[in-house]
Amino acid sequence: MKKFIANLKRYKSYMIYSAKATLKGEVAGSRLNWLWWILDPFLFMLVYTFMALVVFGKGEPYFPLYVFIGLNMYDFFNRTVRKSVRMVKRNKSMISKVYIPKYVLIINEMIVNAFKMCVAFMLVVVMIPVYRVPLTWHVLEAIPVFLVLLLLTFGCSCIILNLGVFVSDLANVVVVLLKLVFYMSGVFYNIQTRVPEPYNMILLYGNPIAGLLQGARNCILYGTSPYYDMLGIWFVISVVLCIVGVRSIMKYENSYVKVI
Amino acid sequence: MADNNVVIEVKDLHIRYKTVRAKSIKKSLFSLKKSQIDEFEAVKGISFNVEKGEIVGLIGKNGSGKSTTLRSIAGIFSPDEGSIDIGDHTISLMAIGVGFNKELSGKDNIYLAGLLLGFTEEQIRAKYKEIVKFSELGKFIHSPVRTYSSGMYSKLAFSITAILETDIILIDEVLSVGDMKFKKKSLKKMKELISDSNRTVMIVSHSTETIRKLCTRVIWLHEGNLKMDGPTDEVLPAYKEFMSTSETSKKKAKKAKKEEKLLQYLDE
Repeated sequence: MKKFIANLKRYKSYMIYSAKATLKGEVAGSRLNWLWWILDPFLFMLVYTFMALVVFGKGEPYFPLYVFIGLNMYDFFNRTVRKSVRMVKRNKSMISKVYIPKYVLIINEMIVNAFKMCVAFMLVVVMIPVYRVPLTWHVLEAIPVFLVLLLLTFGCSCIILNLGVFVSDLANVVVVLLKLVFYMSGVFYNIQTRVPEPYNMILLYGNPIAGLLQGARNCILYGTSPYYDMLGIWFVISVVLCIVGVRSIMKYENSYVKVI
Repeated sequence: MADNNVVIEVKDLHIRYKTVRAKSIKKSLFSLKKSQIDEFEAVKGISFNVEKGEIVGLIGKNGSGKSTTLRSIAGIFSPDEGSIDIGDHTISLMAIGVGFNKELSGKDNIYLAGLLLGFTEEQIRAKYKEIVKFSELGKFIHSPVRTYSSGMYSKLAFSITAILETDIILIDEVLSVGDMKFKKKSLKKMKELISDSNRTVMIVSHSTETIRKLCTRVIWLHEGNLKMDGPTDEVLPAYKEFMSTSETSKKKAKKAKKEEKLLQYLDE
């Protein structure tokens, strides 16, 4: 644990510089590029809104915003975990030349994705007055929700990164699992009201992403609180995942080079 | 560390390669029997100390654990047994091609590589111009590394490690890169770096001539064991004799000859 914190300090400037450079590199390609960070979730929002409102005829209040918030949070989790599977292989040339704690690579990826999420959330800020969403102090309660999302993402990514080195086709499995999580998280429907009785609560409490999405929407859109009991449980689980993940990376990271 | 002059302390180093290849899920599901793990010990318990300012050559035939030892000193492998202590010295491994992020510009890669080697951003900024100048990349430094030719790539890689001057430099058979002109330049720079008495250098090379010219001390590894450790003019003749009785591959000899030629060229 001490080593973990010491390493975070030592590689802080590296992580920041690397994340900045990566973002800059993506933008440098074309002028539209940073717009894609907003456009991508925005366009998908349109697709899902069409699906829900026109095809199924079942919406929620402030539906486009509802979808947009969910989509962005899910994307953060999705992108980071998906990249983690092949993280070591992708950085092989660097890893075989210089020592770097492998979780630093994950944090890097998280900074990049978190920045993109923040940019996309600017659209939420714009849309809130447009849709006349009443703003309340409950918005601040979204902070613990995002905190748990960060911890959960980090924990899952660490474990996936470690497994990804030793299991060659983990990527296929992870893609399917993430898709499953997507449909089970109610990105474009309300789990609580649309899913029949006992299952809706099982989903909300059993699938952390579902609970987190719903919690964030409660705070931002509907002026209520997140599910604090669920948040507490998943906070503890996330911390455990993080510890297990970082431990296993520390234990095996020096043999990664021998495997890939 | 008892002695302040000792920069690298290797104690009873063992490194094993387990042949755990990455497996697919199907394989691990359907092969119920426990997969047998073949262990191969690349380094079998060697210990030595390297003092500040020493230039140590590592020799031995292919597969005797030279590169493995070097990589574990650089911290890329962890020893399976024993320990390596380099104190808080900065260390860099010079091997063919530093790991670059190909999407980023040469400039960003200089900074990232420097930060990974343990330098601060200010230190790198101070050396940045010199690196660019040495690498002869000019305005290409701002284009993504993926657009570089292999020559430009290796020039940049060499320049970063050569100019950023870490306390310990580990060289894995790369003494010079690029075209003839750059080769001469890089070799000269290498010699300059190596002869600095504050710097500790370890070189892996198959060229006995290179080792003879550059190193003050030679460690001879044979099949993972330390066979001999001593001043260059004691170990080298023994090694040469040993190698001439056993078979040496023609390719290796050719490569070594090339490097020797270059050294001669430089001396003229």
